[in-house]
Amino acid sequence: MPLPNRGAPLNYQFEFGWLAEYYPQIVKGIGITIELIAVGAVAGISLGIFCAWVRALGPAWLKPIVALYVELIRNTPFLIQLFFIFFGLPSLGPQLSELQAANIAMVVNLGAYSCEIIRAGIQATPKGQFEAGASLAMTRFETFRHVVLVPSLQRIWPALSSQVVIVMLGSAVVSQIAAEDLTFAANFIQSRTFRAFEAYIVSTAVYLALAVLLRQVLAIVGGLIFPRRAAR
Amino acid sequence: MLKRRLFVAIAALAATVGFGSVAQADALGDIAARGALRVAVPQDFPPFGSVGPDMAPVGYDIDMANLIAEKLGVKVELVPVTSANRIPYLQTNKVDLVISSLGKNPEREKVIDFSTAYAPFFNGVFGPAEFAAAKPEELAGKVVGVTRGAVEDLELTKIAPTDTVIKRYEDNNGTISAFLSGQVEAVATGNVVAAAILAKNPPKRPELKFLIKNSPCYIGLSKEQPALLEKVNGIIAAAKADGSLNAISQKWLGADLPADL
Repeated sequence: MPLPNRGAPLNYQFEFGWLAEYYPQIVKGIGITIELIAVGAVAGISLGIFCAWVRALGPAWLKPIVALYVELIRNTPFLIQLFFIFFGLPSLGPQLSELQAANIAMVVNLGAYSCEIIRAGIQATPKGQFEAGASLAMTRFETFRHVVLVPSLQRIWPALSSQVVIVMLGSAVVSQIAAEDLTFAANFIQSRTFRAFEAYIVSTAVYLALAVLLRQVLAIVGGLIFPRRAAR
Repeated sequence: MLKRRLFVAIAALAATVGFGSVAQADALGDIAARGALRVAVPQDFPPFGSVGPDMAPVGYDIDMANLIAEKLGVKVELVPVTSANRIPYLQTNKVDLVISSLGKNPEREKVIDFSTAYAPFFNGVFGPAEFAAAKPEELAGKVVGVTRGAVEDLELTKIAPTDTVIKRYEDNNGTISAFLSGQVEAVATGNVVAAAILAKNPPKRPELKFLIKNSPCYIGLSKEQPALLEKVNGIIAAAKADGSLNAISQKWLGADLPADL
């Protein structure tokens, strides 16, 4: 009996007919992935800035709490954090939908990583600049806001951008709690049509496009925040 | 596909080449003469059959095998099989009966005979007592969890109203966790999975609301053994009537036998 040519190169018949039926799933998935990273990036970086301020310049009593949070998140898998929030927390009370859980998990995760990146930027600020701020009669907050934070962010903007892209790609795991993101759409189509290769080719291409787009957006945002010495 | 064709070819060859004559013999007489009933049982499919803490097989199918041997007045000899080789074991006369959560289909009916049904095997929508839905239409607006790509996913997607929120999880564990943590109101799954949830004695008990697909288990016998078939069917009917089969169902599946079994 001749062996079938399964898996032989160049014999695979590509079949994209399912796109016509299933493209709404993909569009919905793209929408949810964008929503997740938009909320995650804005809230996560805000949380990161706050935590970085605490760790670098904040009150002593807050430092161990933030340090615990940062180390806890950076040393545990994202998927476990997600399961903890979605499957674990309901036994304590809070019942979150899968999108709320995914959003919270991404904010908490990016918050911890961006905290460490931003803290590096803050700690690289020369001491003389704090003194310059003080000599201009700026309050501590004004000094932080104008003299320390913006140049710090500018220094670490490329690293921060990469982290945001990593978190966006990492959002693929939220399909595990039935959040219907782009990966969920790909898995769903794969299990309905059995066209695994095609479904993942399409989702890979979309993720690539989203990542490139996200880097462009972050570069533009960087250019707006740091107008004089635009991040290059 | 290739594997199945190969299997059919080998099975057909085995049937024509000589085992046919063995199967023609009076199986019931052989069992009585031997004083032992040889039964193919699963060892990898709880709660129907798995290996217990003392390495002996335990489960619904093992209890069923013991019950039949007891009624026949012979000892039981359990032969662990896999789902792929359970029918060849019967065809090659290595066992007298297959009690191995065996479902009936036309392909199998060509090569072996089946008793009446002895165990429920179905999937359906399960929910806690306060969840009311007696038919698919009543799932409107409700949140139901299901394992993505499973038979019940495909069926439920067809029969549920469009405003039913179907949450699809990666595997049965995800579906179970979502149910127990209250992320979904009900689950569409198999009675075996529901039994696994019940076995953990959770605060939320999944009760059957309605059936999606029913495929009960039958005992497999060699073809043309009317005496044995009649005897086995008689034992099953008696066990249903006197409640001993219901006790087995309660023990392993945590639920009463369905009335129509």
